[in-house]
Amino acid sequence: MSNVITEKRPVADSAPRPPVTLRQARLPRWSPPVFALVALAAGAGIGLVAGLDSKIQWGLIAALLFIIGTYAVAAKVEGARQAKDRLATSLVWIAFLLAVLPLASLIWETVVRGSKVLDGYFLTHSMGTLPDAMVGGGINHAITGTLQQVGLATLIAAPIGLLTAIYLVEYGRGRLAKAVTFFVDVMTGVPSIVAGLFVLSVWILILGFGPSGFAGSMALAILMMPVVVRSTEEMLKLVPNELREASLALGVPKWRTILKVVLPTSIGGITTGVMLAIARITGETAPVLLLVWGAKTINNNPFEGAQQSLPLYVYQQWQQGSEASYDRAWAAALVLIAFVMILNLVARGIARWKAPKTGR
Amino acid sequence: MDTSAIPQNPPPAAPVEPSEVSGKSVRPGDRVFLGLSRGSGIALLVIMAAIAAFLTYRSVLAIQGDKANFFTTFEWDPTGAEPKFGIAVLAFGTVVSSIIAMVIAVPVAVGIALFISHYAPRKLASPLGYVIDLLAAVPSIIYGLWGALFLVPHLSGLYSWLDDYLGWTGIFSYSQGAARSLFTVGILLAIMILPIVTSVSREVFLQVPKMHEEAALALGATRWEVIRMSVLPFGRSGIISASMLGLGRALGETMAVATVLSPSFLIGLSLLDPGGGTFAQNIASKFSEADTFGQDALIASGLVLFVITLLVNGAARLIIARRKEYSGANA
Repeated sequence: MSNVITEKRPVADSAPRPPVTLRQARLPRWSPPVFALVALAAGAGIGLVAGLDSKIQWGLIAALLFIIGTYAVAAKVEGARQAKDRLATSLVWIAFLLAVLPLASLIWETVVRGSKVLDGYFLTHSMGTLPDAMVGGGINHAITGTLQQVGLATLIAAPIGLLTAIYLVEYGRGRLAKAVTFFVDVMTGVPSIVAGLFVLSVWILILGFGPSGFAGSMALAILMMPVVVRSTEEMLKLVPNELREASLALGVPKWRTILKVVLPTSIGGITTGVMLAIARITGETAPVLLLVWGAKTINNNPFEGAQQSLPLYVYQQWQQGSEASYDRAWAAALVLIAFVMILNLVARGIARWKAPKTGR
Repeated sequence: MDTSAIPQNPPPAAPVEPSEVSGKSVRPGDRVFLGLSRGSGIALLVIMAAIAAFLTYRSVLAIQGDKANFFTTFEWDPTGAEPKFGIAVLAFGTVVSSIIAMVIAVPVAVGIALFISHYAPRKLASPLGYVIDLLAAVPSIIYGLWGALFLVPHLSGLYSWLDDYLGWTGIFSYSQGAARSLFTVGILLAIMILPIVTSVSREVFLQVPKMHEEAALALGATRWEVIRMSVLPFGRSGIISASMLGLGRALGETMAVATVLSPSFLIGLSLLDPGGGTFAQNIASKFSEADTFGQDALIASGLVLFVITLLVNGAARLIIARRKEYSGANA
């Protein structure tokens, strides 16, 4: 028997034998980008041949080809498990690209179309008696209105929100605190138009006041409060208990402990939260539409008469439907987006700069 | 020198009044501060109660004057001699557009969140998360403007294509024209809620214990298997709460829908043809021509929207509370 084996051995050696290794066959590292290019080319080719005008369809075809192609090749070369992994990877990448495209396009369109009429004149003049289809006019009245309404809303919402958060974190025990926590959550989900309808029903329909910036501020404050409570609560919870205990152990009353120890420690995060809340309500259109109505001239009194605001201006200029008003709408949108983004960036900067030192 | 460092015996402490340490005695400053902060909490509750009460009051006025069934009428005419209005079309449009938005947005958002947390090159990941957070702050009116002036013209090609191949279903039949339909609204809402759903899901995915992932990797799992076995189970409740947050936004979104949709009070089978409406959109577009009774009618429809969003949020909270016990979050 042993003879047979020794005789056969050279034969077996001469045959190409798969090398014994723990590594599976892998596709080279450059394969995904190459597949993507091929799929894109094929998608464009099919789109051209079939005469599809929408670039969206070209992209969809290319994406499909890429997914199927990668899966098929990987299943052939690497096995089913790796193929599934590659399928997931390509799906995740496509999800990302799919989402980035519209969002990038949104920013791009706003910047390109908005910068057409945006200049010093646009920022410092109101619409006045300018006919809607004419070129010219500006957003000074809208900026004034937005600043006043958002300022008033912040004056109402920030103290209430802050104190509520202090109550929940520092004092809150028992049923009242639970109820407040629950309803803050509920309030977060109140649609902006419902807040507007509420103020409309009380302030205008029942109490009989007319439209004014202040009416809008009340609705904005309702939208702002839960956001302030949530973020402040999170920040206060981050303050280490040792600080509170140290202060209380020195005989400092609780209210002074909160004012002098807890709040200064978390002031950065709280400022960030309030600024993010301001950024959020600055862009709200629906309540302003119901309660402030919009105007063409500057109204410096937020308590009397209709005012304008930036988001509402965008909406109303869009409604006019002429080329000139579209340009103005885009320019105002650009100002609004820039304002909100700067507020966001500054807020996040403060958060990073003033982050509470947790001792680790 | 050494002796000076040793503290001398402290003077005998003054006898402390028992009332001062018991904690029951409250200094005036404390009383004022507690009163203020508790008062703010109560003010918040009062506002919520007032919202419900006043909306209900005005709605009752409106529904009493409604000569048609408020829930089944396909019409909105509160100003005529015989006021007739109903929310059937609005409820249908709101639900359908939100469902479309969720179906598109949730898988994509989870994909982006996974991309940022697990797939993207490390240098790209944190700026990407930052950008997504910024995008969540873009005002809805700007999405509306972009949707109406950019998205709508670009969708008609896709819709004709869908009509060619899926038109036989009826749902995807499309007669040429501006693509200002419920489906477009759904797509736009999906784009709008993407950042917020992504942002919340990403937070959750980043909290997955490293040990779980490393254990899976050590067993030879591929990256997808790691995600399926350790990341997704851990993040499930987070994904659900993120989706519900997005759903809440989609249901109540006003301006983006008002700019994109070309409304009508008919329910058609086709989602691609213009028509339909949503609660919030209807309020925004009918408000300027409404008299007091018309405004009451709009308030009534707003109350329905309010109740729906309350139910959605409540359901989300229940799901999260129940899932919490099973997920690894408390481990």
